[in-house]
Amino acid sequence: MTATLCLGPLLFNWPAEQRRDFYFRIADEAPVDVVYFGEVVCGKRTPLFDAYFKSVVERLRAAGKEVILSTLALVITERDLDLVREVTAAASTGLIEANDVSAVGLLAGRPHVIGPYVCVYNEETLHQLVLRGAECVCLSGELPRHDLAVLAASTPIDLEVQVFGRLPLALSARCYHARARGISKDNCQFVCGDDWDGLPVETVDGAPFVSINGVQVLSHTYVALLDEIESLKDAGITRFRLSPHHIDMVAVAQIFRGAADGVEDPKRAMDELRRVSGGATMANGYFHDAAGMAWHEAGGANPK
Amino acid sequence: MSRPAVELVCPAGTPAALRAAVDAGADTVYLGFRDATNARNFPGLNFSREELADGVTYAHARGVTVYVAVNTFPGAGEPGPWHAAIDDAATYGADAVIVADIGLLAYAAETHPDLRRHLSVQASASNAEALKFYHREFGIKRAVLPRVLTVPEIAALTEQVPVECEVFLFGGLCPMAEGRCLLSSYVTGVSPNRNGACSPASHVRYVERGGTLATRLGDLTVNVFQENEPAGYPTLCKGRFHAGGGEASYLFEEPASLSMVEMLPDLVAAGVKALKIEGRQRGRAYVSEVVGSMRRALDACLAGTPPPAGDMQRFLEGRRETTGAYRKTWR
Repeated sequence: MTATLCLGPLLFNWPAEQRRDFYFRIADEAPVDVVYFGEVVCGKRTPLFDAYFKSVVERLRAAGKEVILSTLALVITERDLDLVREVTAAASTGLIEANDVSAVGLLAGRPHVIGPYVCVYNEETLHQLVLRGAECVCLSGELPRHDLAVLAASTPIDLEVQVFGRLPLALSARCYHARARGISKDNCQFVCGDDWDGLPVETVDGAPFVSINGVQVLSHTYVALLDEIESLKDAGITRFRLSPHHIDMVAVAQIFRGAADGVEDPKRAMDELRRVSGGATMANGYFHDAAGMAWHEAGGANPK
Repeated sequence: MSRPAVELVCPAGTPAALRAAVDAGADTVYLGFRDATNARNFPGLNFSREELADGVTYAHARGVTVYVAVNTFPGAGEPGPWHAAIDDAATYGADAVIVADIGLLAYAAETHPDLRRHLSVQASASNAEALKFYHREFGIKRAVLPRVLTVPEIAALTEQVPVECEVFLFGGLCPMAEGRCLLSSYVTGVSPNRNGACSPASHVRYVERGGTLATRLGDLTVNVFQENEPAGYPTLCKGRFHAGGGEASYLFEEPASLSMVEMLPDLVAAGVKALKIEGRQRGRAYVSEVVGSMRRALDACLAGTPPPAGDMQRFLEGRRETTGAYRKTWR
């Protein structure tokens, strides 16, 4: 079975033109099969990209990519809910990724994708979602290999796992980007747009901890399940998600394409991934049933 | 049993706390079994099956209902303990189960259709469409709302949804959307969703450093306290951190307790059906005092009189209180 390589939704608030150009390049050059597209983190950001939305979707589809529209992960206000209704009601030709149970409910009865922000930990939950139309589920980054394998063995649908990039850890009604700047969420001035890979957060000792992205908390470390691709495939995982960062994502996609197709030496691929990622600290702990921030030795030590 | 207009839902981590809550004026006591099936899976806490049976007898004899929280997410390939928790809650006379997982809700609905199902706060159902889904598909009668909503948003929600809404009145405060937070497992490997414990004590260390006290969780320093400062428990989201090289601050949330006593009339006017006190990890004396105070405050509110002056200060974490997300300015 060939592995399906997916580009997850861009989580950061990049300038609209930069975002457009990023996706145009993905369309033209990245060896990914699927591109998730749409605002997942903060409803306030959505209008910022409206002007380019259609042209990006068209360019990606013309390039043969399957485009899946992603919905908001934390839906609180009526405005948030209207955005979810708008996306899920669209007479689109493509699938929609539900990142909150509101969207799961609105999409019930027709084919859709479940995103990693909906809690799917066991076969019964997976089964209930499949009954209501889920055709693919991107599982939580928290799950160890054992659980991934049990889930995959229990279901006929495709399961997806994030194999690259900062991992979503938490969401809040509160905007931490605004709070870090001493301003209110209502008057946020879109300060999250200043940090294209998130705002680094350190302990009082100066140890790296997490990264802030508006109302979202991301891991400081980048998930890198590169050496684990074969093991993931053996476990029955068929789709591999790359979460976009402000680095050469075409190169990242090429590295994972090579690893997923089994044509790249894992050690060399990992060295290359570290180089492309600009010295980001890698983690694979969750997969190995350890703390998420941990790096499992089998993949080689993180360089100091 | 006839139910009150607005129900006071109180925590019990032990049989002694259950009796204390009942005696102090709880309308309902909620509790969990002694394993990973509930979100307060701490050593020395929670109920055996026999203790639940005794607790139900004690509570029901006094007109008080008992809810069993089965509000973690069953592990892949091991539904057994979670199914047993639902089955035994029904067998031993619980009045409702509080559930977060979709698969477990389906199991409860199918296996025990007459057992009331409440949606746990851990399901993070923060809007009308999510609540309608859980009601339509799994017949939930009530939802505990996540601590992300303002009072006006709650009022709008209770108008739109076919379920009772329960909200937190007093106790600990998660600044993150509940049931969707991986901070604890990211640092320690112990997951609130999978293991029922957040920032677990087994991973906590207090380290003296030349006149200061560092509180650590796993390999991370969560806070540093001066000699005269009361040291808080190192829950990750209540620590002091540097953001973008700035001064260390309580970036996520101050180490404060939630208290909505002053806004009780607003919550009641917003149409909530039940008010929850957090704190199954607390001792009997705490439960007794807090439940008593909240009972008096709620009774006064329902009677339209001012709440009695009571000093809750010594219960409050870090001796501070907040109304959290209930006020929009919190965001």
